Amino acid sequence: MPDKPKIGFYWCASCGGCEEAVVDLAEDILGVVEAVDIVLWPVAMDFKKKHVQAMPDKSIIATLMNGAIRTSEQEEMAHLLRRKSQYLIAYGACAHLGGIPSLANQFPREQILRYVFEETPTMVNEAKTRPQTSFQNNSHALSLPEFRNVVRALDQVVEVDYYIPGCPPTPKLTKAAIGALLEGKLPPKGTVLAPDIALCDQCPRKATKPTDVRFTEFKRPHQKVLDPEKCFLAQGVVCMGPATRGGCEAVCPCGNMPCSGCFGPTSRVRDQGAKILSSLCANIASKDEKEIREILSGIPDPVGTFYRYGLAKSLLRRKVDLSSTSVDGKEPVR
Amino acid sequence: MPDPNWQPRIVAFFCNWCTYTAADLAGVSRLKYAPNVRVIRLMCSGRLDPQFVLEALAHGADGVLIGGCHLGDCHYVEGNYKTMRRFTLFKRLLHDLGIEEQRVRVEWISASEGEQVKSVINDMVEKVGSLGPLNLPKRFAEWDREITALERELHKAEQQAEAKEAEVAHA
Repeated sequence: MPDKPKIGFYWCASCGGCEEAVVDLAEDILGVVEAVDIVLWPVAMDFKKKHVQAMPDKSIIATLMNGAIRTSEQEEMAHLLRRKSQYLIAYGACAHLGGIPSLANQFPREQILRYVFEETPTMVNEAKTRPQTSFQNNSHALSLPEFRNVVRALDQVVEVDYYIPGCPPTPKLTKAAIGALLEGKLPPKGTVLAPDIALCDQCPRKATKPTDVRFTEFKRPHQKVLDPEKCFLAQGVVCMGPATRGGCEAVCPCGNMPCSGCFGPTSRVRDQGAKILSSLCANIASKDEKEIREILSGIPDPVGTFYRYGLAKSLLRRKVDLSSTSVDGKEPVR
Repeated sequence: MPDPNWQPRIVAFFCNWCTYTAADLAGVSRLKYAPNVRVIRLMCSGRLDPQFVLEALAHGADGVLIGGCHLGDCHYVEGNYKTMRRFTLFKRLLHDLGIEEQRVRVEWISASEGEQVKSVINDMVEKVGSLGPLNLPKRFAEWDREITALERELHKAEQQAEAKEAEVAHA
């Protein structure tokens, strides 16, 4: 019997939702398991790094990697799996664009570590102990990975062949991608495996989108009773739909929540945040500077709203005046 | 160490009907102004996608100057109002991402105001000059130093392992 093709799953800086998405294939996962051998899946199966290291290069047909890259260990695994896999696939918004974890690119490393280990209200740490990357106790040596200054998307660390977008990707897209992979019907390298058209195209509310959107206010979803059928933009609610790739079949609008942009931009857009900002602002129904400012006060956090899933892959990548080097947790001033 | 010969580099987007014509007028009037500005002509300041500004900064511009018709005078009726609305929020976004306010400037300059082009450019060059270089390409490279070091290390370890394997095979 010939060997079945090998597939790996790995997770980095992520919440586990993408792993859940694989399980969401439900009975279809049996079909997948029948067709392939899973050789690495830390969340569900017991394989170790050394097992992967022992495999010949390129012996895994594809590795689906989710999560952003924040630590040196994740980098190392990315390099290892890149070497062992024919196709490395960025699975989910974090691996594709940096995801929610890359919002941490607004803060210096030192501030994050200080908050987490010293200032969190639930934390008691009078000695201000911080984890060290290496520790020696009698004859026992322990080590921890390096915590990087910058959160990165997978393709900012290693070469990536395909992207499956979403937070998390839908079972349908996952199945289609695995199917295409096994049949060898793959599009050109670097393709995002989802339709290359804005979400509005798939949105059941499309018909109620006015040709001339005119914003007199911006409300966040919790500040307003939302009409379950009308276009969110017509209700003065920020919806990322016009600047976001479709493929999710508008799951959020169908659940009466506006799109928050997890599929990232279409191939024609380089910077999703700038693009939606441009679109929303241009349609403000005022010519008075003061009034415009007031209307825009309804968007209190533009970075968190427009780059919710993609700060790492935006044109600026992170808050630009943060430093790049830190030795022993010290944060030199620029 | 800061480069003593550094000069600010500013990308300017001027609208065809007003500010670009004013820059032309400044030229034919032989007004002298700082040579640090690279002008790109657009049909309207409303054509200016905020992505262009980010792209300019990400590729090494120290500042971006945007020039359009006075409000109410837009050749396309309200293109410059769109610019005003966009840049009201865009400036807040840039501030949140650590770009100093003086680096991106919007000015309304009509076709007859050549003198204004000169004073705005001189003023901006001075202000951006005192802020110092933004130099994002260099910063990107600096940020990525932390990952290239590991990559090199892994590569070295890999080569050593291969060499060892070869030795074993030879023996």
